[in-house]
Amino acid sequence: MSEANASATRITPGNALRPEDIALLDTKPADAVAQYALWLGDDALILAQRLGWWISRAPELEEDVALANIALDQIGHARSFLTYAGRAWDRTEDDLAYFRREPEFRSVHLVEQPNGDFARTIARQFVVALYQWELYSRLVHSSDPTLAAIAAKAVKEVDYHRDHSIQWVLRLGQGTEESRRRMVAGLSLTWPYVEELFADHPLVDELGDAGVRPSSLREPFDAAVQAVLAEAELEVPQVPGSVGGGRLGRHSEHLGYILAELQVLAREYPGASW
Amino acid sequence: MVTVTDLRPASAVDAAAWDIAATVCDPEIPVLTIEDLGILRDAHVAATGQVLVTITPTYSGCPAMDAIRDDVTAALTGAGYDDVAVRLVLAPAWTTDWMSDDGRAKLAEYGIAPPTGTAAAGPVRIGLSVKCPQCSSLNTREMTRFGSTSCKALYVCNDCREPFDYFKVH
Repeated sequence: MSEANASATRITPGNALRPEDIALLDTKPADAVAQYALWLGDDALILAQRLGWWISRAPELEEDVALANIALDQIGHARSFLTYAGRAWDRTEDDLAYFRREPEFRSVHLVEQPNGDFARTIARQFVVALYQWELYSRLVHSSDPTLAAIAAKAVKEVDYHRDHSIQWVLRLGQGTEESRRRMVAGLSLTWPYVEELFADHPLVDELGDAGVRPSSLREPFDAAVQAVLAEAELEVPQVPGSVGGGRLGRHSEHLGYILAELQVLAREYPGASW
Repeated sequence: MVTVTDLRPASAVDAAAWDIAATVCDPEIPVLTIEDLGILRDAHVAATGQVLVTITPTYSGCPAMDAIRDDVTAALTGAGYDDVAVRLVLAPAWTTDWMSDDGRAKLAEYGIAPPTGTAAAGPVRIGLSVKCPQCSSLNTREMTRFGSTSCKALYVCNDCREPFDYFKVH
């Protein structure tokens, strides 16, 4: 057996992407573009951390693998966005992921919501995947070539996430009385956090054609949600929206615990590798 | 369609570096070289002697990229190039259309069904039959769209009953 065939998985040092690795442009991103990349990168990073919890706990092996794959894709998107954002401030993806404090994160409240039971995770995943697909399929036309390139890569992957969550919403919604009850409950618990995804902050005006205006995604998102829920014989929950503020660094009580787990190793042993 | 052979540099100096980089295998699919996969994008030897190799990930979160970067650096260093840099680019995004015919044949022989059809843009994803790499039956079904690595799905053959990996069109 040749050396190349010796092992399917080799352990290598976890090299951080260097800023020059996401090097489509020699110039640094404008501050507004970097802030926007933080929004998207933080959403992906926190969601990935939440999804990773399911590894070894999903209802079946295939689902374990699916949620892990989705989490891995999200980490990939987070790495690209954070690496790019960091170029504006001479910081690496690791600096941004591991050494920022809670109020410095710009993720929405939706992605930090607890996993709950499987149906609640699927409800959150359903909202995120449909939203991210609408977002990235427009961000590919960004006037910023790096954001466009990251989106072009991400949209193909999120397409799978979308399909995955839709299949589960249909299956749970039309399954047993119990699965339906849980799906309805999952959607109700998730829906208060939908509104925040589509809020336009002043940053959006500074972005111009580099970003996508969140409010412009509401209509296509609603149409896509309606179509799936109608087929699943479920209703869009009529619940009041929660107070947002994630984009301003105001988070719910959940984010601190997520960051504690995410950051402890890097903070306890700075520069550790294996 | 852009094919891998189009990418091999025309200049003899660059092509020599390319050929060395092209010997590196994907650590997760060790029968395929990075050239077969279509993730080797460029090799260039600068006037200073520095070799700049450009690669692109299959999936955003592909954990093999670090290993591939190390392996490319090691292969070129071993061949006498002292100054090697490996650059990762995201655009144009990789699709399975970049995989060489040779690579597809090697995949099938290894027991992984190669991607069917093309990834060219279109609103409808047509489900073509996936051939079982064990018994060549077209009577197969998808068990899960997410497999042992990001780029693969898990299928099972309805005839020989063997489960197998499918390198999905992407």
